Amino acid sequence: MIDTMAAATKLRLDQVSMTFNTPAGPFAALAPVTLAISPGRFISLIGPSGCGKSTIFNIVAGLLQPSGGRVFIDGVDATGTIGRVGYMLQKDLLLPWRTVLDNVILGMEIQGVPLKAARERALPLLRRYGLSGFEYLYPNALSGGMRQRAALLRTLLFDTDIMLLDEPFGALDAQTKSHMQEWLLQLWGDFEKTVVFVTHDVEEAIYLSDQMYVMATRPGRLVETIPVPIERPRQRTVTLSRDFIAIKERCMQLLTEAHKSALEEAA
Amino acid sequence: MTIHHTSHAGAPLDLAPAASAPAARAAKKIRRLPVHKDWPLGVTIAIQVGILVAAIALWQAAADRGWIDGFFWSRPSDVYATLIKFFSAGDAWTDIEYTFGSTILGFVIGTAAGSLFGLSFWWSRNYATIAQPYMICFHSLPKLALAPLVILIFGLGLASKVAIATALTIIVSALTTYAGVKALDADQERLFYSLGASRMQVFRKLVVPFCLPWIISVLRVNIGLALTGAIVGEFIASQHGLGRAILYAGNTYDIALVWVAALVLCTLAVVMYAAVSWIEHILRKGIKQ
Repeated sequence: MIDTMAAATKLRLDQVSMTFNTPAGPFAALAPVTLAISPGRFISLIGPSGCGKSTIFNIVAGLLQPSGGRVFIDGVDATGTIGRVGYMLQKDLLLPWRTVLDNVILGMEIQGVPLKAARERALPLLRRYGLSGFEYLYPNALSGGMRQRAALLRTLLFDTDIMLLDEPFGALDAQTKSHMQEWLLQLWGDFEKTVVFVTHDVEEAIYLSDQMYVMATRPGRLVETIPVPIERPRQRTVTLSRDFIAIKERCMQLLTEAHKSALEEAA
Repeated sequence: MTIHHTSHAGAPLDLAPAASAPAARAAKKIRRLPVHKDWPLGVTIAIQVGILVAAIALWQAAADRGWIDGFFWSRPSDVYATLIKFFSAGDAWTDIEYTFGSTILGFVIGTAAGSLFGLSFWWSRNYATIAQPYMICFHSLPKLALAPLVILIFGLGLASKVAIATALTIIVSALTTYAGVKALDADQERLFYSLGASRMQVFRKLVVPFCLPWIISVLRVNIGLALTGAIVGEFIASQHGLGRAILYAGNTYDIALVWVAALVLCTLAVVMYAAVSWIEHILRKGIKQ
């Protein structure tokens, strides 16, 4: 089934919802969500825990069959199929028995690219993107930031147009985190991927994204779409600009409201 | 010196609390971190050898002076003479080869089959759940009690010894490997599937290498169990082997020969244990644990 609107849309969720059956009755983890993302854009999902961010990711990655709705990638129905998007979790999940190089080529290897060719493709990238000298080391010799770099390059080298990043920098210290953000923007600029990024950090979301989706809980749902019309490349100091602060205020307001209503409902 | 200095510096600043605090503290025992000093390797070895020599000398003296009955206990000089005879005239090498062969065969078959069995549980949770009570039942069963039955089924030859050694090792390997399978991180599997992996790819590239440390960890236990299995098999019915030699010597009151066979068995066990430890070391280096 080819969607005629597809030309301008890379990833489209059409009324995607998720209900889990629990002993206490059905639990709506995700109310029907509809969204469309254009190619090459950087999108963030932001919201409190339990707002269904990870559920959306699992559905898009094909690891979870939605209770309702379809997922379209390039206009083709991709609901419930795996291997269509690069998916990175907060945990780096590097295999301790493989060198950094062999970890990074895992996606290509699974797709059947011969090892030698895969390594030849990965080596220059490792060197260009800050893992030079670490290629033949094992992950346990790497710092947290370096491990996340390797995990991100693994996602990138999987060679899909869409990358889902689930709080990739959540466990890093502030300094490393800001380095990694710059590094991610560089990669994104070089490879023209469509990125969907999940974070708890409002500032991080605004700084990185073209557009943000704010989510709320009970049931998990989208509450507002906030565009970030700040020119790129962005300087670090942009976080102090009036536009940036205005967006941040709006965002915080929405999240506080969502938090309040969740508390009221619980009471 | 340091303590002196500190109290001196603190005193003029804050007299009142300082006056009462030391009195309360005086009751507290001052302890130092226990220091453990290792003796040089040469000294340790000298003591070890000394204990052995002393024990043998005591044994000899006790038997010679009639403190213990030399007929039942035998004595080191007789044991030594029998040892020479055992290797020059007896079936020493046939026996060693026989016991060694059945142990190694049982060890390899049991460990390999057990590991594969344990790994197979990854493929289906239903199958694992169904198999679980049987595994536990077989594990808690004293398998040596079934040895006479095994001899009847597999005959007097090597096969029955290998079968008992396998029975002892297979279940330990299976359960340990299964523990590895259960420890597998679900997110790690999800990562593989998100990359579009097939079940077989996840098995080969994730499950097997992940479980290797568990498989390796039972090697040393299994070599001991395999040896026990082989010896018990020989006790019950056999034409060769160190176990048979011990039983035969005991039945004919050739106590010195019992000691000799036990000594050779002990050496064999140590050699195999060392070899397996070495293999384990190599394997662990190979998987960068």
